[in-house]
Amino acid sequence: MSNQGAGALIDATVRPRRLARIFSRDHTVIAKQFFAMSIFFLFAGGLLALFVRWQLGFPGSAVPVPFNFLMTRTMAPGGVIAPDAFNGMFTLHATFMVYFAVLPMLVGALPNFVLPLQIGSPRMAFPTLGMLSFWLSLLGGLLMIATYFVDGGPASTGWTAYAPLAAVSHYTGSSAGQNLWILSLAILGIGLILGAANQVVTIVNHRAPGLTMFRLPLTVWSFLVTGLLVLLALPVITAAVGMLLMDRTLGTSFFVPAGLSVSGSPLAGYAGGGQPLLWQHLFWFFGHPVVYIMILPGMGVVSDVLAVFARKPLFGYRAMIYSTFAIAGLGWLVWGHHMFQSGMNPLLGTTFMASTMAIAIPSGVKVFGWLATLWRGQIRFGLPMLFALAFLLTFTVGGLSGIFMASTPVDAFIHDTYFIVGHIHYVLFGGSLFAIFAAIAYWFPKATGRMLGERLGRLHFWLTLAAFNCTFFPMHILGIGGHMRRIYDPTVYAFLRDLQPVNTFITISAITLGFAQLLLVANIFLSLKNGRRAEPNPWRAATLEWTLPSPPGDGAFAVVPEVHRWPYDYSLPNAIEDYLPQTSLHVNGTGTGTDS
Amino acid sequence: MWNFPLLPDQASTFAGRVDGLYFFLVALTAFFTVMISLMVAFMAIRYRESNTKVNRDNPLPENPTMEAVWIGVPLVIVLVIFFWGVNIYFAIARPPANAVDMYVTGKQWMWKIQHPTGQREINEIHVAVGQPVRLTMISQDVIHSFYVPAFRVKQDVLPGRYSQLWFEPTKPGIYHLFCAEFCGTKHSGMIGRVVVMESADYERWLAGGSSNGGSLGQTMADAGAQIFEAQGCITCHKMDDASRAPILKGLYGKSVALNGGETVIADEQYIRESILRSGAKIVAGYGPIMPVYQNRISEDELMQLVSYIKSLGGPATGTPAATPSAAPASETKGTPAAAKPAQNVNEPSRNK
Ligand code: HEM
Ligand SMILES: [Cu+2]
Repeated sequence: MSNQGAGALIDATVRPRRLARIFSRDHTVIAKQFFAMSIFFLFAGGLLALFVRWQLGFPGSAVPVPFNFLMTRTMAPGGVIAPDAFNGMFTLHATFMVYFAVLPMLVGALPNFVLPLQIGSPRMAFPTLGMLSFWLSLLGGLLMIATYFVDGGPASTGWTAYAPLAAVSHYTGSSAGQNLWILSLAILGIGLILGAANQVVTIVNHRAPGLTMFRLPLTVWSFLVTGLLVLLALPVITAAVGMLLMDRTLGTSFFVPAGLSVSGSPLAGYAGGGQPLLWQHLFWFFGHPVVYIMILPGMGVVSDVLAVFARKPLFGYRAMIYSTFAIAGLGWLVWGHHMFQSGMNPLLGTTFMASTMAIAIPSGVKVFGWLATLWRGQIRFGLPMLFALAFLLTFTVGGLSGIFMASTPVDAFIHDTYFIVGHIHYVLFGGSLFAIFAAIAYWFPKATGRMLGERLGRLHFWLTLAAFNCTFFPMHILGIGGHMRRIYDPTVYAFLRDLQPVNTFITISAITLGFAQLLLVANIFLSLKNGRRAEPNPWRAATLEWTLPSPPGDGAFAVVPEVHRWPYDYSLPNAIEDYLPQTSLHVNGTGTGTDS
Repeated sequence: MWNFPLLPDQASTFAGRVDGLYFFLVALTAFFTVMISLMVAFMAIRYRESNTKVNRDNPLPENPTMEAVWIGVPLVIVLVIFFWGVNIYFAIARPPANAVDMYVTGKQWMWKIQHPTGQREINEIHVAVGQPVRLTMISQDVIHSFYVPAFRVKQDVLPGRYSQLWFEPTKPGIYHLFCAEFCGTKHSGMIGRVVVMESADYERWLAGGSSNGGSLGQTMADAGAQIFEAQGCITCHKMDDASRAPILKGLYGKSVALNGGETVIADEQYIRESILRSGAKIVAGYGPIMPVYQNRISEDELMQLVSYIKSLGGPATGTPAATPSAAPASETKGTPAAAKPAQNVNEPSRNK
């Protein structure tokens, strides 16, 4: 608990020089930078998704004005998206969303803002690392945007970049695009690793006196576990894309087997002897943990929001912590469930099947724990709560659809179909993104000093919830009907023609969903200007950040707080103040459940 | 309004079994989704802040019994799913002994199929009802995936390595064959069909030959035998003399002792690898004298060679029955190789 000298450091970071302000080492500034970046990529990625949906819903019709401004003549001759452009768009969509929207939000914006405040520290452990972490991520992001405009178009091998499709440039139209894609990810990877190291060390070293590990709110626990996952998983992908780049540019053959041909003639320039499946193993060894990196912070936020808005202690606090670790731990043993059809020995497949199903148990512990938290609560429906409840439901659906795919024989049928796309979006949109929305609404007053507008917020919530389900639920039906993912033109398949109305419906819903997100941005800007002023503790929450003014300003925790209790003392119904802040010394007869 | 089937046809022996598990999962999912939604709705209404008339006796924030229940019940459910799934999974992984072999080569963006009897097809595969089929598949370039929704089977087709898939069609008809693994620009155009015929029709089809892809004009094994001669394999691999190189008769399916001391089973994959780069696994007692055939033999020809070596028989058990020698050779005689010469018939070997 080393807070010595923190004040001096802050003085150094807020030096009024402009450069120092842009390359700020102040964690709140870094958080805002990450936030802006993430929101930008959210919209850019969303726009790309709508292009993809346009082609699927209305195959062969021109992208309507004014949205065709992004269509170059080679990408969309006559305004109709060409196959390679389509492939590039779904690749870039997923890449933007996973790597440049959700990860920077959950490993960048959220921890940088919330984490120090929740542990009573005036700063993050390594301000310079934090600054570098953002600028590297942004550099990665800019490179990724550049791929859209280079000759040959963006990478078009999916966000999974399977070899040898992605390892040999002859197999796709994009050459520079794919190379830049790799470089961009490597740089982002380094950025996120720096951020995660910062995050983990901050939690371990910078907790306020009295804030023992078992007095940490679930949000902080999830930052800790996520940070560890990033530290272990991102180096794998960073190394793997490095190998991929060497295969592409230096003629190594990590992922290239011998004897390949390109349109009928032997592929020159490769010694061969590599393993295409090695890429898949490396990718998913990173890729599965990364899905937990994307969901665990959300689970933490939702745990806290549910407790605050149900005015009840989080049910099974320790079970929640242990299940977080269980999910993160098991997450390392399940990567093979993405590869059941890739030629895996069935015995090995069986172990991956078992480990994947095992994850249902800690996930269930969480879901039922959340339900039990609501039981006999005193539920208020602020915006954060609405998104948290929606998260609970959509995550349940996403988790359950995961069981379908964990069952290998069923997966043999639905693997690489729209069922998977449905699953992904229930957990990533309905999960991660709903939790991010909850977090935005929850900490907006703390960050800005204004409340996020309720009315516009509710409109955004209900529209999003409805459009979300209309967009992604029917995808399961398409998948079961045999509709593959990543296909440019579903109408060339006779038996999918009957399903085309579903595709059209999904596209219309998706467009609605996309435009509904403008409400969020409008709400943020309107609230910044005219929002109701926020009190220090508008939600009557017990964690440390709410003891500070809103916004906390530069002097946050200049006086180091002392912590006396766990973060969930809400179990005091019908009292005037039905909760006790973590800093409260007051001993109350009904204050059960403090840590032992 | 419009009619779409919720599931594709059930046209293989797996389809019913997979769908059984699938519907169980649907029921389970529906149950939990409805249950949890109702619970959330119920609590949201009953315990809303403005409802002051409800019992809010402060329950404990932990309850080991309840937690045991919601750990135990999902555990049992998951175990049921696991064993149910494994059962089908293993069935899908184990081709029966009476399966006929067929050979599939995938490439950007086309499927090529070879029947042991010499028929070749492009983007089409003819099979008979009730006759299990075992596919040996490889890709010439990127990863593809052989996917027949009506059969509920899908298997990635890798470059540099054989993968295998089997099914037993149960219903005559024409079914869609797709590539399910994203494979580049024209991925969505990599379409084919599986034609399932009554046995008699199938025999007739075999006799008449493929209209799409032509024919080798001989069995695959015979074609393989020719390559075996043309490439000079025969100069070392003799039928009766193992002094220069191992005898290949009876090799298929046998376990082979290697120089390094390990043993391997001589399956298709091993045979393929030994032809291309014999140096990787050298049979005990031999030196690394065999030439490298990498880039000198096409994947299609390799399959013919493999088929030939398989036709030389294997150890007493376990060889798929329909080795080409068992196929009615007379019938294939009637298929003129001229059917469609333009389309990759007898792709010239890449001797350079
Ligand atoms: C109990 C929970 C879950 C189970 C059992 C599960 C299971 C699976 C399985 C078996 C697959 C592979 C399917 C296939 O490709 O055939 C898969 C794919 C995927 N899952 Fe999950 N999953 C769960 C939760 C999550 C969560 C929480 C996330 C993210 C926040 C997630 C994100 C993804 C993604 C992104 C893919 C697809 C990757 C791709 O192929 O592009 N899953 N899941
Ligand atoms: Cu996974």
